[in-house]
Amino acid sequence: MNAPANTGSPGSLRLVSTLAIAGLLSGIAIIGIYESTLPTITLNKARELREAVFKVLPGVSQMQALVHRDGELVVVTSPDKDEPVIYGGHDEQGQFVGYAVPAAGPGFQDTIAILYGYKPSEKLVVGMEVLESRETPGLGDKIYKDAEWVAGFGALSIEPEIFAVKKGTRSQPNEIDAITGATISSKAVVRIINEAHAQWSALLPAPGSEPQFEAAGQAPTESGQ
Amino acid sequence: MKKNPSREELLKGIWRDNPVFVQVLGMCPMLAVTNSAINAVAMGMATFFVLVGSSFLVSTFRHLIPKQVRISCFIIIIATFVTIADYTLLALVPGVHKELGAFIPLIVANCLILGRQEAFASRYPTKLAVMDAIGMASGFVLALLSLGSVREILGDGALFGIKLFGENFEPWVIMILPPGGFLTLGVILLFFNWFKSKKDEFLEEVAAAQRSES
Amino acid sequence: MKKRDPDLLLFHAPLLRQGMTTPSAMRDVLYALAPATGASLWFFGISAALVLGSCIAGAVLAEWLFANKETRGESLRDASGVLTGLLLGLTLPPGLPLWMAFLGGFVGIALGKVIWGGLGHNLFNPALLGRAFLLATFPIAMTTWVPSTGGEFFAIYPGNLALPFMQAQLDGMSAATPLGLLKFEQVVTPLSDLAFGKTSGSLGETSGLLLLLGGIYLWLRRDLDWRIPVSILLTVIVFSACLGLFDAERFPTPLFSVFSGGLLLGAIYMATDPVTSPVTPRGAWIFGIGVGVLVILIRVFGGLPEGVMYAILLMNAATPLIDRYTQPRVFGRGVESQ
Repeated sequence: MNAPANTGSPGSLRLVSTLAIAGLLSGIAIIGIYESTLPTITLNKARELREAVFKVLPGVSQMQALVHRDGELVVVTSPDKDEPVIYGGHDEQGQFVGYAVPAAGPGFQDTIAILYGYKPSEKLVVGMEVLESRETPGLGDKIYKDAEWVAGFGALSIEPEIFAVKKGTRSQPNEIDAITGATISSKAVVRIINEAHAQWSALLPAPGSEPQFEAAGQAPTESGQ
Repeated sequence: MKKNPSREELLKGIWRDNPVFVQVLGMCPMLAVTNSAINAVAMGMATFFVLVGSSFLVSTFRHLIPKQVRISCFIIIIATFVTIADYTLLALVPGVHKELGAFIPLIVANCLILGRQEAFASRYPTKLAVMDAIGMASGFVLALLSLGSVREILGDGALFGIKLFGENFEPWVIMILPPGGFLTLGVILLFFNWFKSKKDEFLEEVAAAQRSES
Repeated sequence: MKKRDPDLLLFHAPLLRQGMTTPSAMRDVLYALAPATGASLWFFGISAALVLGSCIAGAVLAEWLFANKETRGESLRDASGVLTGLLLGLTLPPGLPLWMAFLGGFVGIALGKVIWGGLGHNLFNPALLGRAFLLATFPIAMTTWVPSTGGEFFAIYPGNLALPFMQAQLDGMSAATPLGLLKFEQVVTPLSDLAFGKTSGSLGETSGLLLLLGGIYLWLRRDLDWRIPVSILLTVIVFSACLGLFDAERFPTPLFSVFSGGLLLGAIYMATDPVTSPVTPRGAWIFGIGVGVLVILIRVFGGLPEGVMYAILLMNAATPLIDRYTQPRVFGRGVESQ
């Protein structure tokens, strides 16, 4: 480097102080940008979540985050980090409609993360939305691009289990037509829902005794993250 | 003929010393996030911002930074700009940020940026350094955009999300997958080298003609 | 093996004129493929001719376009472009749009051969590279199989006539291949159907016996290294028999493994490509065993029903390494360095 001012080697104090000042300034800049963008980012995430929940639970206009603590579901505003959360959906009058359950599992390429709506009174899956997937474009990505497949989750019995069957052969209320050419990805989605359901069904309260909507809860944000 | 030095620095990055097609730098974002034109532009603009910002700072403070710790200082400066770009994109365009994923923080490791600091910004006055950075960054954006456009047109039948060929277009799935990046880049590099060898041949012929005349 | 090999082996030194040249070897392979090609015309009618023709046209165009002006005539005359196009065509589904077949032939030659420096310099089999490109690019069209036309020669599959860059209109007339049936629906196709070609599948893979016939012709003409197909087929038989011991229900029988899919086509005509397979006898055995093991591994444990193409391409990549480690010791040298 052509740094003519530095003839001979500078003392270590000089080196340390240069780095310290650079680090300090950088820290200030980063804190500044973090503080100024945080509200927008939190808002975006909350809106994304609300939209997904409303999509998988038709007729819902309010939601609250629920976690399972000490044998019962409790309403929380800011769930702890690694705590599994589900969302209770309520209609405009505050009546309970169903749960939106996030679930994830291995797909063909990478983990698929989905959110599905579940109505405990009828034991029905009423909607499914893929949140994250890296399935093959053109084939596996039909799990969120194929409208017919997504619509198949509109009223799907989950007792005892969902089965993906060859396209056009659906005959039971708990069967769904798999996507032609994306059998593995479609089966993965079904398996993810079945596993999440097996895990949660024991923890959910009896239909009719779901947690009431707490107006104070407001729109929950994922501020734990 | 007197050449304007700052204009020279600006133009060389766009064509003659294009960072991607001639220097073959910054391959990681080049191959990873160019599966659509919009991703390519977002990545290019983030890199543009980081490169120009850090070149400006490095060049301004070049006499204050002892050479023993220069690389660490460059990295601190670059990382700061990358973090700013990261949060800004996350706040403004969360969808694009999700697509680009880990590749935004990885701009820190883009050898194009550190390379310009070490080779240019730390040695030249601020005005030239900024011109050089703008030129190089524009070259990078152009390269990303051309790759992203080719891949989106073939892979999705669209450009910037607008369908070009109607519903019946058969997408070339490979083009939005990683191999498509390698294939497209290879074909473009092939074209650049072919062009260069044609140009060299032409210049040689001209030189030969001039020699025989004199 | 060891006893029958002569102690002194000579490779590639044309000490005696054998009358075997590149064009004549290529022509022999074309003759050997004639019965299987004829069968594809019989089963799939004029569509087969169109798909094969498009592949060959694409391959020859690439060959012509990228050839040097001086060597252009020669590289076209040796018929290797035609052979690549034909081999590629035989691995394609009969209902594939013609523009895709053309593209596959073009890419196979351009990326599989010309870019490496032409005939004899390529690492991968050009026909299989073209197929790999097509499979990765158009996964749906490449896995849409149609049933045989049933003797109506002039019936054309509507998919063939899709306009360039446009999708094939799927007419619901799809039929799963025997391997697909086994993998996704646990249906076993009877062996006689496999041997005589009464199944759906790619143009050239449906009739196992005709492919074997061509292989025997090539072996008689000394145009192919018999060790490669024999070791591939033996490995597949032994491996699937071993798997069958564990669970005869789940795993296919050895003969099903041999006669289903593109195994015979790949083992006889593609794995034996002299450019992309090892030159030493020991190397040929290693190569063949590697292909056989990979085929079964991909078919049984992988996500795809068929694995011949990837198995051969992977072993193509290993060929230089195999050649290096199986070089015979130069006479009188290298003993002390061991």
